Amino acid sequence: MSLPFERPIDELEAKIRDMRAYAGQQEIDLGSEIEALQGRLDGLKRETYDNLTRWQRVQVARAPGRPTGLDYLQHAFEGFVELHGDRNLGDDPAIVTGLARLGGSSVVVIAQQKGRDTKENIHRNFGMSHPSGYRKAMRMFDLADKFRLPVISLIDTPGAYPGLAAEEQGQAWVIAESIQRMARLKVPAVSVVIGEGGSGGALAIGVANRVLILENAIYSVISPESCAAILWRDAGEAEKAAEALRITARDLMALGVVDRVIAEPLGAAHNNRDAAMELVKQALIEELALLAPLTPEQLLDSRYRRFRSLGSFQAVA
Amino acid sequence: MALERWFRRNRPTKKEDDNSPAGLWLKCESCNAQIYRKDLVANTYICPECGHHYRMPVEARIALLADDDSFVPWSGDIEPLDPLEFVDAKPYTERLEAAREKQGRPDAIVTGAALLSGQPVALVVMDFFFMAGSMGSVVGEEIARAAERATDEGRAFVAITASGGARMQEGALSLMQMAKTTVALEGLARKHLPYVSVLTDPTTGGVTASFATLGDIIFAEPGALISFAGPRVIQQTIRQDLPEGFQRAEFLLQKGMVDDVVDRRALKGRIAEVLMLLRGSLPEPEKGVASVAAV
Repeated sequence: MSLPFERPIDELEAKIRDMRAYAGQQEIDLGSEIEALQGRLDGLKRETYDNLTRWQRVQVARAPGRPTGLDYLQHAFEGFVELHGDRNLGDDPAIVTGLARLGGSSVVVIAQQKGRDTKENIHRNFGMSHPSGYRKAMRMFDLADKFRLPVISLIDTPGAYPGLAAEEQGQAWVIAESIQRMARLKVPAVSVVIGEGGSGGALAIGVANRVLILENAIYSVISPESCAAILWRDAGEAEKAAEALRITARDLMALGVVDRVIAEPLGAAHNNRDAAMELVKQALIEELALLAPLTPEQLLDSRYRRFRSLGSFQAVA
Repeated sequence: MALERWFRRNRPTKKEDDNSPAGLWLKCESCNAQIYRKDLVANTYICPECGHHYRMPVEARIALLADDDSFVPWSGDIEPLDPLEFVDAKPYTERLEAAREKQGRPDAIVTGAALLSGQPVALVVMDFFFMAGSMGSVVGEEIARAAERATDEGRAFVAITASGGARMQEGALSLMQMAKTTVALEGLARKHLPYVSVLTDPTTGGVTASFATLGDIIFAEPGALISFAGPRVIQQTIRQDLPEGFQRAEFLLQKGMVDDVVDRRALKGRIAEVLMLLRGSLPEPEKGVASVAAV
C-alpha cells in the first residue's frame, strides 16, 4: 500500500514493469529506454523523499510495512531471546524486551512494538504501553547493570496509553521512574527512534548516551493531532501542527535533541526493509564501539550532561 | 532580583489570578455558598464553608510555606526564547509577552531559598496562571538549577507543582525538560537531602511524568486533579464515563500513588514534620568497616 505522494513513483515503476514484459514478449531490446526510465525513477524518488513536508514524514514514520521493533530484533540482531513480564502485574505486549547479540556482543534490548496487521495491532495496543511495560523495561535496566551489558532501545510509539487502568496503575509515576532509572545506567545505552517517538512514553526508554533517529522517523512532545485539537481546536489541522512542532529528524538534529540521523535507503524504510535494518545495525555497532571504552562514571556523567544541557533560553536583559 | 520587583503587582484584573471572579463576593464553585473574597484569601484560598481548595497565587503559596522574611528568590534571571518560531492562533512570543505582563515574571516558576519552620529548604513553586504552568526550557532550567543549588547548599528540596504539562510551543525541547529535571535531582539523592513534592490542582502530563512524582515524600492537596493524560483524552479513548473522583488526590491516595492528602492549612506543619523525621539518626556509614556488619 503506498502513501498518496508515492503514486507517481508507483506509476513509473508500473510503466517500467510493463515495458520489460513487453520487451520480453516481443523479443525486442528496450534496454536503453528502460535504463532511461530507471534513471528517471531514481531521480523522482530522490526528489520526492528529499522534499517531503513534515506531515508527509509523519505518514512515512507510521507507514504500513515500515520495519517494527520485532523486525529489527529478528533481522538486525542475532539470537534474540524474549523475556516477558514485569514481575508485578503482567506482561505488556506493547514493549518487547530481551537479550540478543549484536556484532558479536550480548546486549539488552527494549523495543516498542506496533502491530504489523490489525490483529497484532490490537494485541500490541497500537504500541501504546501500560505501566507494566515500563516496569518491564526497568527490570531490563537492572539486568543490564548487573551483568554489565549495553542497552539498546528501539522507540516506536504514539505515546503511553491514556486509559483508565493505566492511570490507576500510575502511568506518570512509572514514566518518571523509568527516565530516572535509565539515566542511572552504569552501562552504555543507545536509543534509536525507528518510527514514532511519542512524547513521555517514548522518552521513558530514550535517556541514552546516544540518541539516534531514522531519517523519516519523528519525535515529538505531543502528536500533531492532539496538538491541533488543543491549539487549533481542530484535530484536522494536524498538518499545521506537524509543521509548527518541528518533529522531523533534521529538525531534532538542529535542536540537539538527537545525536545522529541514520539515512534511509532511497525510497524510505518501508520500501527497502532489509537495507534499512542493515543500516541501523551498522550504526548501532559503531555507536557501541565508541561507548565501550567509557567507565561507568564517564557514562553516567555524559548522559547527565547530555540531558542537563538541553533547552533554549537567554539571560533577562 | 530585588524582592520588591518580584512581589510587584501591576495587573489590571485579579480575575485569573485566584481562579475566581472579580468583586467583593464570589460564589463557591464547589458548594455555591456566597463567600466574602477577603475571607477566602485570609483562609489561604480555601472556601470557609466547604473546604474546597482554590488554586493559589505563587506569592501566597510562598507566604504560606516560608518563614517570615526568609524567602530569597533564585529564579528570574533567564527568559524563554522561541526556538521553533511557533505560531498557532497567536505567535508564541505574544503568548509569552501577555503572560509575562499578567504575572510579572519571565516564566511559570519561582524558585528560591527559604526557611521552613526553621529548616533550610529550596522552594520551587509553579505558576499555573502563567501559560497553564507549562514546562518549557526556562521552567526546566530553573528547577534543575534549584535542585543543584540545594545540593550544594545542603538544603532540602520542596516543590509545589501546578501544570498542564510540557509546553507544546517549545516542541521536543519541552519534552527533554522531563529528563533534565529528573537528572538534576540526582545530587540530592547522593547527598541524602530530602525531596518533598506537593501536587496541587492541576498537575498533569509531562510534569507528573517527571520530577513531580519523584519526591521521597509525595503529598497532594485535597481535590487536586493529578494525571498523566487529561480526563477528556481518556474519555475520548475509552468512550465511556469516568468514575466519580477519578484522578483526584483522594483517588490516588487510595491507589497507593501518594503518601497523603494534606489540607493546605496543615501543609507547612506536615512538611516540617517529615523533614525533621527524615534527618538520619544513625551515624554516617564509614567506608571500610562495612564487613563488620556482615558477621
